Amino acid sequence: MPITTEFAYHKPKDLAEASALLARYQGRAMPLAGGTDLILWLKEGLKAPEAVIDIKGIPELWHLDVKGGSLAIGARVTFTELIESELVKERFPVLWEASRTVASCGVRNRATLAGNLCAAVPSLDGAPALLVYDACVRTRGPAEEREIPMSEWFTGPKRTALLPEELVAAVELPLPAKKTAGCYVKLGRYQGEDLAQVGLAVLAEAGGTWKLAFCAVGPVAKRAERIESLLNGKKLSDALIAKAKALVAQEISPITDIRASKEYRLHMAAVMLERGLKTAAARLAGKGPAYGASLI
Amino acid sequence: MTKATISLKLNGIARSVDVEPNDVLVDVLRDKLGVKSPKVGCDRGDCGTCTVLLNGRTVRSCLVLAVEADGSEVVTLEGISKDGPTKLQKAFVERSSFQCGFCAPGMVLSATELLQNNPHPHREEIQEAIAGNLCRCTGYSPIIEAIEAVSRK
Ligand code: FES
Ligand code: FES
Repeated sequence: MPITTEFAYHKPKDLAEASALLARYQGRAMPLAGGTDLILWLKEGLKAPEAVIDIKGIPELWHLDVKGGSLAIGARVTFTELIESELVKERFPVLWEASRTVASCGVRNRATLAGNLCAAVPSLDGAPALLVYDACVRTRGPAEEREIPMSEWFTGPKRTALLPEELVAAVELPLPAKKTAGCYVKLGRYQGEDLAQVGLAVLAEAGGTWKLAFCAVGPVAKRAERIESLLNGKKLSDALIAKAKALVAQEISPITDIRASKEYRLHMAAVMLERGLKTAAARLAGKGPAYGASLI
Repeated sequence: MTKATISLKLNGIARSVDVEPNDVLVDVLRDKLGVKSPKVGCDRGDCGTCTVLLNGRTVRSCLVLAVEADGSEVVTLEGISKDGPTKLQKAFVERSSFQCGFCAPGMVLSATELLQNNPHPHREEIQEAIAGNLCRCTGYSPIIEAIEAVSRK
């Protein structure tokens, strides 16, 4: 199917040029990275920008390294690059584990974490891990740079805090100060290439602090703060897990759609919470399944 | 829209072609460059029949603009079997792994990429590597078995 909308194509060489282009089109241009969402939207007529700005020629956006106590993931970094990074696997294994569940190999070779965040569908696998690692999104606009905490990034389904003339420069994850372990539990209709029916990231910190975030069970991916405060500082027991599971219905607001019913999602979210908590605790103690093993 | 002339290395040969910004790579490969192995199944990134190697990695050419491929190296099924069928392709033939064959070009390229990066994958790794290549005929077993057979060698 050809793309019927017409647009100009630009491939700037640095961020300043990209910003100038975005400003020139006054919000009628869209950045293009992996294109796995954007090209589809163009084909289906869901977006009709006057121009697409290909950011793959900007070396500043290729970074995947530690700077000033944070891991900076440039906007052009693909899921495959995250999966192949020892740094990500060692320091942010929940993000590593989640990246492996995104779509399929041929999509991950092209799709970027930043693009996933900009598409902002409720089921995005990238978000729960970023939420539990307290990541932020660094944006670049015509006049200024902004740092937007993940907790403020999503403003609704397919909506973000990004302004029309801004682009994402990087996603930054502070290096955890304490020892941490966790997991990403994803429920799909089958293994391999499916969107999440429920996604859950769990991060356990030495000292008894928990961080939890769900996706695909509400308009936006978000932290489960009530469950976190229940768990914090306590020893994980079957009784405590039962209490945590009872809170799930207050934390999430799933809908029935083509992939699952509301009731099934609610039920499975609680089952996944139990598995996630146990897996994270086991991994923190140096036991449990290796990262990447399916937990469903 | 302004036409652009892009240059790419297609199956080892330098080629140039005029494209519009909204031309999609799979259509340019098939209709302007005469390479017919990438197929259009879903045209929306779900089925993998349009798979090509772009700078050595599998991508869905239905989700890539042709202009994005300027200066790149593109390899299709025609390119990997220039000197006759590869070991992997022979294994597919021996087991009659395909029926209609529509998924085969994409499947061969995905499996080729897997074996390049990981010459001895486990069964789950094989399944994961071809999870984005849908086959409506075979039930996958003969495809997975052929890849396993090559990976044991
Ligand atoms: S035609 Fe490209 S993935 Fe189906
Ligand atoms: S052999 Fe027919 S689709 Fe795979």
